[in-house]
Amino acid sequence: MTETGLQAETLPPLAATVAPERDLMSKFDGLIAERQALMDSGVIDPFAIVMEEVRSPTEAVIKGRETILLGTYNYMGMTFDPDVIAAGKAALDRFGSGTNGSRMLNGTFRDHMEAEAALRDFYGTTGAIVFSTGYMANLGMISTLVGKGEYVILDADSHASIYDGCKQGVAEIVRFRHNSVEDLDRRLGRLPKDAGKLVVLEGVYSMLGDVAPLKEMVAVAKKHGAMVLSDEAHSMGFYGPNGRGVYEAQGLEGDVDFVVGTFSKSVGTVGGFCVSNHPKFEAIRLACRPYIFTASLPPSVVATAAASIRKLMTAHEKRARLWDNARTLHAGLKALGFKLGTETCDSAIVAVILEDQEQAVAIWQTLLENGLYVNVARPPATPAGTFLLRCSICAEHSPAQIQAVLDKFAAAGRATGTID
Amino acid sequence: MSDRQTIFDTVAAQIEPFNKKGVDLTDATTFQGDLEWDSLTVMDFVAAIEDEFDIVITMNMQAEIETIGQLVDAVAKLKDD
Repeated sequence: MTETGLQAETLPPLAATVAPERDLMSKFDGLIAERQALMDSGVIDPFAIVMEEVRSPTEAVIKGRETILLGTYNYMGMTFDPDVIAAGKAALDRFGSGTNGSRMLNGTFRDHMEAEAALRDFYGTTGAIVFSTGYMANLGMISTLVGKGEYVILDADSHASIYDGCKQGVAEIVRFRHNSVEDLDRRLGRLPKDAGKLVVLEGVYSMLGDVAPLKEMVAVAKKHGAMVLSDEAHSMGFYGPNGRGVYEAQGLEGDVDFVVGTFSKSVGTVGGFCVSNHPKFEAIRLACRPYIFTASLPPSVVATAAASIRKLMTAHEKRARLWDNARTLHAGLKALGFKLGTETCDSAIVAVILEDQEQAVAIWQTLLENGLYVNVARPPATPAGTFLLRCSICAEHSPAQIQAVLDKFAAAGRATGTID
Repeated sequence: MSDRQTIFDTVAAQIEPFNKKGVDLTDATTFQGDLEWDSLTVMDFVAAIEDEFDIVITMNMQAEIETIGQLVDAVAKLKDD
């Protein structure tokens, strides 16, 4: 007997602590079993990768191995830019490590204002609002803009943050078939004429890397009296003459009412934002719960964002290198015989489509063991139940790295029987 | 034949291509439990029903519809509006 008295020597089994029918965690049994079955097959867990060291925008150490990064959304390679890092360090020294508060109360510092000024300059808009993440920008904008009895019309392949923005709000939600102008037109035509409507689109859809026919879709939305929000998270910095996104490339600057974006991709830090020319845009700050009821970004983060955004305004050479890399990779993978998400190279995402989870994980693991990291994606995140290996390209990938990537894909594809 | 029966028959006809297990279709048949449809199948099917009847079934409404009978009633109501 121990000194603490009459207690069991060993803990009772977990199952006995909560009856299964009352255990709220029981609903995850299916997920736990599926993951366990995958782990039991001896593969590396794709959702437990740790970057032990990060050497540059394109190189890290994973499991002690030098690894080329091809799945990070670090499109413009700004994370190690000396000016960006200097801005962050200076803000850390001058303003401390955090804000301890909401944007609405004590959480707005000099550099939050500077980041919003940089966004207004970058996008050429009268308004810019910074949120704590890109997810919260969509959550906040959609749930706040569209009220009871009004409609959100969204693409079926929309990002989770758009779906969750719909769930958080009280509007009626209508979904149309991915990138179908005709389907959008038909559904808008069936809605009450006088009701407020917001059509939510994305410039680049992140799973397959395909681009929206925004010009046609925005025309249809306007015809039915709807306002338009475009999420340009995966196009900032390299689409359009000023890098503003697909909407700029398609000549829609006067027609898209709200543009949502993120700092966690091309900008190279964390945070989200919405820009707009609407004269009443500032009112969002007074009504938007995901803006008000959360802490603002740390000063160092908004300082790095501001510095990075200003550099992206003139990053013409980087843009050209990014597109060169993307086209080389797309053409190379296609020539090797891989099935890709898009026929042509439409964005800085190249998705390799695979048969099933086993094949996807097998080739993913072979790539990782050979020093290449890509994203693996599976339903429900992916459209039409597909299993994908997603490559996101960086302007800082060297031609030698892109060639090494193609060699590794060729070897892994053959080793797993994915290609001949 | 009543209006409701016509709607039921049309809905049943739209279900058939997705009825891989040959489940008997009644008012009480559930999409998730009996037909074992995943969210992608539901989405394709709802789009087909919307186009067939020239209506919009919002996602808010879809969340409330679990059986064929509930869908038929929803379509009947939407057609009247």
